[in-house]
Amino acid sequence: MTTDVLNETTNDHDSHDEHHDDHKMTGLKRWLYTTNHKDIGTLYLWFSFIMLLTGGALAMVIRAELFQPGLQIVEPDFFNQLTTVHGLIMVFGAIMPAFTGLANWMLPMMIGAPDMALPRLNNWSFWILPFAFGILISSFFMESGAPNFGWTFYAPLSTTYSNGSTAFFVFAVHIMGISSIMGAINIVVTIMNMRAPGMTYMKMPLFVWTFFITAYLLIAVMPVLAGVVTMLLTDTYFGTSFFNAAGGGDPVLFQHIFWFFGHPEVYIMILPAFGIVSTTIPAFSRKKLFGYSSMVYATSSIALLSFIVWAHHMFTTGMPLFGELFFMYCTMLIAVPTGVKVFNWVATMWRGSMTFETPMLFSLAFVILFTIGGFSGLMLAMTPVDFQYHDTYFVVAHFHYVLVTGSLFSIYAACYYWLPKWTGNMYNDSLSKWHFWCSLISVNLLFFPMHFLGLAGMPRRIPDYALQFADFNKWVSIGGFAFGLSQLIFLAVVIKCIRGGEKAPAKPWDGAEGLEWSVASPAPYHTFSTPPKVD
Amino acid sequence: MQKEPEQAIATEIAKQNTVTNNNKVIKKLVLIVFGMFGFGFALVPLYDVFCDITGLNGKTNTSAATYNADGIDTSRTITVQFITRNAQGVPWQFEPVINEMKVHPGEMKFVKFYAKNEATHDIVGQAVPSVSPGIAAAYFQKIECFCFTQQPLKASEDVEMGLQFYVDLELPPEVTTLTLSYTLYDVTEKVAS
Repeated sequence: MTTDVLNETTNDHDSHDEHHDDHKMTGLKRWLYTTNHKDIGTLYLWFSFIMLLTGGALAMVIRAELFQPGLQIVEPDFFNQLTTVHGLIMVFGAIMPAFTGLANWMLPMMIGAPDMALPRLNNWSFWILPFAFGILISSFFMESGAPNFGWTFYAPLSTTYSNGSTAFFVFAVHIMGISSIMGAINIVVTIMNMRAPGMTYMKMPLFVWTFFITAYLLIAVMPVLAGVVTMLLTDTYFGTSFFNAAGGGDPVLFQHIFWFFGHPEVYIMILPAFGIVSTTIPAFSRKKLFGYSSMVYATSSIALLSFIVWAHHMFTTGMPLFGELFFMYCTMLIAVPTGVKVFNWVATMWRGSMTFETPMLFSLAFVILFTIGGFSGLMLAMTPVDFQYHDTYFVVAHFHYVLVTGSLFSIYAACYYWLPKWTGNMYNDSLSKWHFWCSLISVNLLFFPMHFLGLAGMPRRIPDYALQFADFNKWVSIGGFAFGLSQLIFLAVVIKCIRGGEKAPAKPWDGAEGLEWSVASPAPYHTFSTPPKVD
Repeated sequence: MQKEPEQAIATEIAKQNTVTNNNKVIKKLVLIVFGMFGFGFALVPLYDVFCDITGLNGKTNTSAATYNADGIDTSRTITVQFITRNAQGVPWQFEPVINEMKVHPGEMKFVKFYAKNEATHDIVGQAVPSVSPGIAAAYFQKIECFCFTQQPLKASEDVEMGLQFYVDLELPPEVTTLTLSYTLYDVTEKVAS
């Protein structure tokens, strides 16, 4: 046995030696065949940014249509396709792959591992994604048009009343789901088995913890999504009656299964953001994170609670009073661990030597604006008022505050924080501040008036509105266009940073902590081939 | 120098351990994935059972109940309303003969529904009942109902269909009005296949 191992070792070693210089293929093949976590991370991040611009372009058309009352630019049916595909692209194409990209780039370096545990699987989980979105977006060019039943694809809108795009939609979602599941398995295995010696679970950076928990959520609920879209497919094309009352099914069952996936899904999109700001805020406050272990427990309890609150999306479906109360109180319970987190971030900043570099600005904006989104969430959690707010622009304002100024802002914070490590260059500081301030002002102009519109009763997903909503909608649209354009500044910052700039030291932020700063900038193609010792 | 091969063996053993550990974890995770995929489908019968117990989705009994009420509670009067609607594109005239009636819990009642196939071809219809508020669904007992079977109607044929029911004595006191809604579906193709 020992000699076998020895033989293999020597063989392995020989072949390894050839590999040892930065063995990269050139051109397209390098990216197609790569199993390197940094390459795959880069691919994920670029893909998600392209998707952000695509989904953003759709949103621009939506806002142009809503600029004034009446129908001027698009037909109502096409408007429905725009809102549906905008939602699908932003959720599954922009936010989730961006987080997976960050996980790929940073997790191995943060836990002192040479790569992800399953590099080939990693390659697959990225490269099936463009096909998923290819299928989804191609449906725009089909006779039937793209999915028009909302990103929540409620039956029977997506079955009996579908415009014929259900099959494209279902297969696209299947592929996205498979990709997410493979990515999540890879993250769990990497974190469990590849940590540097001495790095116990409670010594892992919080960023690693949040991705660990998120990966478990993905593994638990993405298969449920796959199941529900499969039922949709067979209901539409093979005559089953899961959601069809004529055959003994129940359309409300669809909403239960969908939201059993859907609610954990929203935490899949926000827990990694918690991990990011828990990394950046201590770095720029030059203090240790306040209450590390309470952060770990808070994140875990949010993840567990997310499984028993799904029906708060369905208060108006005619639930019994007991059900409404149960889901209302469980939902409000989530505010407790979330409050612990916000408290800890503020306590971390308290009496810290704070500086306001761009990643910190985005993190601070995250804390404040995400909290606003959290408060409007609490309002929506109250059953009696939810009957008023349900399906209005108040809901739109709520989830854009948590997903745009929450998740997206945290992703920008992460990008600005690690960009010097990725490219080896410092980015243009003043341009990045322009990006921040333009985004901050325009995003609030875009989403804040939506609260008022919703409270006044403007329904969502409708291409026209009553005259009294005209003024607010005009401002919202102007904010929308400004926010869309502001994201191009980010593109400029990144391209300039890749091309050159002031050389970045190994650790450009003096308060930063973590193994990723112990390697050179830019990070060498292979890092931690021998694991570091953590004490 | 002497130590190097030993160290190499040690790292190699560590590597092999990692691979076997990886496989163990992957196996467990893949099991969870398949388990949760199955769980999604298991929610379908679970939901039916759950609704059966709680009356959550307003579904009523799908086969004939037997009358077993202990007398009639004349102290309470319940308004029972009848609503019909056709699913998209079903060319039938379908309506209750009377729109609402007062009943005492435990009292047996018989009402009629009228249906006429206005199309020029034969159609098999299926009416699906639903009771609102959902909490009352479990207390609305149908002894005989046209919804228990399918209704084949030839072109231009019409029919009067009967419903015999009673409201259970245990009906929660806060319920004073019950709405029974029938949705008519065209199941011709399903019957043929």
